[in-house]
Amino acid sequence: MIFAVASGKGGTGKTTVITSLAAIWEGPVTLVDLDVEEPNLHLFLKPKVMRETAAMLEVPVHDSDKCNLCGECAMFCQYKALAIMGKTMLFYPEMCPGCGGCLKICPEGALSPGGREIGRIAEGQTEFGRFFMGRLRVGEAMSPPLMQQVKQRVVAQGSHAEMPGGIEGCVPDDVLIDAPPGVSCPAMHAVMDADAIVLVTEPTPFGLYDFRLAVEAFSIMHKPMGAVVNRDGIGDQGVEEYCRESGIPIWARIPNSLAVAQAYSRGEIVARKLPELNGIFQELKKRMRAAVTVSREVERA
Amino acid sequence: MKMKRIAVSSEGPRLDDMVDPRFGRVAGFVIVDPAGDASSYIDNGASQVMAQGAGIQAAQNLAGAGVELVISGFVGPKAFQALSAAGIQIIQYVEGVTVEQAVERFKRGELTVADAPNSQAHEGTGRGHGHRNGQGRGQGARR
Amino acid sequence: MREIVMISGKGGTGKTCITAAFAHLADNAMVCDLDVDAPDLHMLLAPVVEEEHAFRSGHEAVINQERCTKCGVCAELCRFGAVREDQGKYAIDSLRCEGCKVCVHFCPEQAVDFVEKHCGLWFASIMRFGPMIHARLFPGEETSGRLVALLKKEARLRAKALGLSLILCDGTPGIGCPVISSLSGANLAVVVTEPTPSGRHDLERVADLCRHFRIPVAVIVNKFDLNPDNSRAIEAYCLENGHAALGMLPYDEEVTRAMVQAKCITECPTSTFGNDLREIWKKIMAHHVGYLPL
Repeated sequence: MIFAVASGKGGTGKTTVITSLAAIWEGPVTLVDLDVEEPNLHLFLKPKVMRETAAMLEVPVHDSDKCNLCGECAMFCQYKALAIMGKTMLFYPEMCPGCGGCLKICPEGALSPGGREIGRIAEGQTEFGRFFMGRLRVGEAMSPPLMQQVKQRVVAQGSHAEMPGGIEGCVPDDVLIDAPPGVSCPAMHAVMDADAIVLVTEPTPFGLYDFRLAVEAFSIMHKPMGAVVNRDGIGDQGVEEYCRESGIPIWARIPNSLAVAQAYSRGEIVARKLPELNGIFQELKKRMRAAVTVSREVERA
Repeated sequence: MKMKRIAVSSEGPRLDDMVDPRFGRVAGFVIVDPAGDASSYIDNGASQVMAQGAGIQAAQNLAGAGVELVISGFVGPKAFQALSAAGIQIIQYVEGVTVEQAVERFKRGELTVADAPNSQAHEGTGRGHGHRNGQGRGQGARR
Repeated sequence: MREIVMISGKGGTGKTCITAAFAHLADNAMVCDLDVDAPDLHMLLAPVVEEEHAFRSGHEAVINQERCTKCGVCAELCRFGAVREDQGKYAIDSLRCEGCKVCVHFCPEQAVDFVEKHCGLWFASIMRFGPMIHARLFPGEETSGRLVALLKKEARLRAKALGLSLILCDGTPGIGCPVISSLSGANLAVVVTEPTPSGRHDLERVADLCRHFRIPVAVIVNKFDLNPDNSRAIEAYCLENGHAALGMLPYDEEVTRAMVQAKCITECPTSTFGNDLREIWKKIMAHHVGYLPL
């Protein structure tokens, strides 16, 4: 099963939840950090990185001998990555998402596929199982293509039957995805291939507002969803009421405590440092699994 | 000195409108003819609303209009590269004066042609591109 | 004009609460919420909307089922996996569509339309401390650098027209496209961080980004008492790297209580947090535009 841990806004405790789940999971669990702008999981899980590779994006390479400056490519490009200025053809690689249109459109065959690095992909091992992380280059805007490549790596390494392109019949490890916060395009991308979504929120007005945005956004994917209320006890009842009204189950409540915040600030895994919270995460895991099982049965029926 | 066809990024279509220091997302350019003081206007609205590449689009528009020199406040690295490729010269750091005053200052030789962009990549595109050589205005860190 | 952008790298550091307090403390300011993904500032500032505008950006492909002959060329060419085939019918998954126009151009039947995307709304409002510009993207809409740019433009235009001397922006988290747009043209970035591994890590990333754009960086360490050692390390990092260390704020549940009441922390009866924040604001306003606050 693949679970995405997401949140309407950052700083609600997504990392606390995902690292604690990893610590209590029975059997190996694959951890995937798709928060490629700000990957943080490695700071807590301290993986042994076995391989680090460049994530490349296919961009055009220009052959000025063949180019007759007709401008077809520049006219076509929706991103202004290509421009003809005077007798020069200009290419702005950082604006190109690699759609391949210009390669196909050039009547002279003057553009051929080349590559450019948009980030790095780390693969390794934590004490809980396999580990994957994408890290976008600073100042880069191409998150989704990098995330796609990290996902492909997870599939290739684990022959994960449930991911697109996986091998039928292979029983893979469970996967926990750390999704970027928010409800933007990258966040949607990260949860797209999950079987269920765990939404972490705080019981405050800010928490509720962002939580609602996330519920609305992710609902269109028709996946099982549940809430984790972190820092339970601060703030107000808004989140609880909203969950009741909209039928979002609350899978766990993590009490507000200084000890949790301090453990996190030291880079420790909360469930391990504070064994009294173990039960909460065990229960959370049980509900996550049950939600997927039920939704699969419904689908089959 | 032979006069060039000049484009000035401007808040409006007239010679007494103020210079707008932005290049890519400016409303338009006042074009001053080399012969006399006749002027025309190029609307930049289409570039203004682009998700990205506004500076490149504006540069293309100016190249198409036969402009040889641009007077503006801040030209980003992508637009700078595009203008340079088309052989268009660039004058930066101009603001707080009218279009006419800017052109007068150029005619008197008070403005110098830039050899590098003085502004970073703007919205939507990520990483700045091209070389920076420390021409930022008053942004140096002081401790 | 002074233009201050509040950023944080990671979320949840208290950036918005601190921005709201600064909005309270500032005189003659235009407040602008650039955190378009999770715009929270309005909950503390309660703006009354005076103008509402549609935000449209980019295009997306839509397959016209009547003209489609189900040849599958679009699905073959799409690099983003956005063309979905379901029982012989092709459709575009708008979540995956990057608006590159390849399918539109190469469809042999011209059966793919290219339509403008209505992505959200933006507002010009008035709140108890002054004018405010903010926006709301529709759920699932792409984080938009262009929307951020548009909001900044409107904020500048209106601030100028109103004769205001300061634009205070709540910036976007992260280090991607929208945060770059947030920073564009700013003369000070105030980074709100916390003494956690993520906080430190993201501070460095975001500070690198500011350096890249030659914007001075000033740092506030929030909840410093959670981990005094890390807090001191952050301060040392600032000094080493030429960033201003503006100050440290304690972990204070008063901040949450103020939030629940939809108030800024500085509007509540004297709290340590509020007082420390006033000192920090004085430091920020005492600096010369474009230079680091001492």
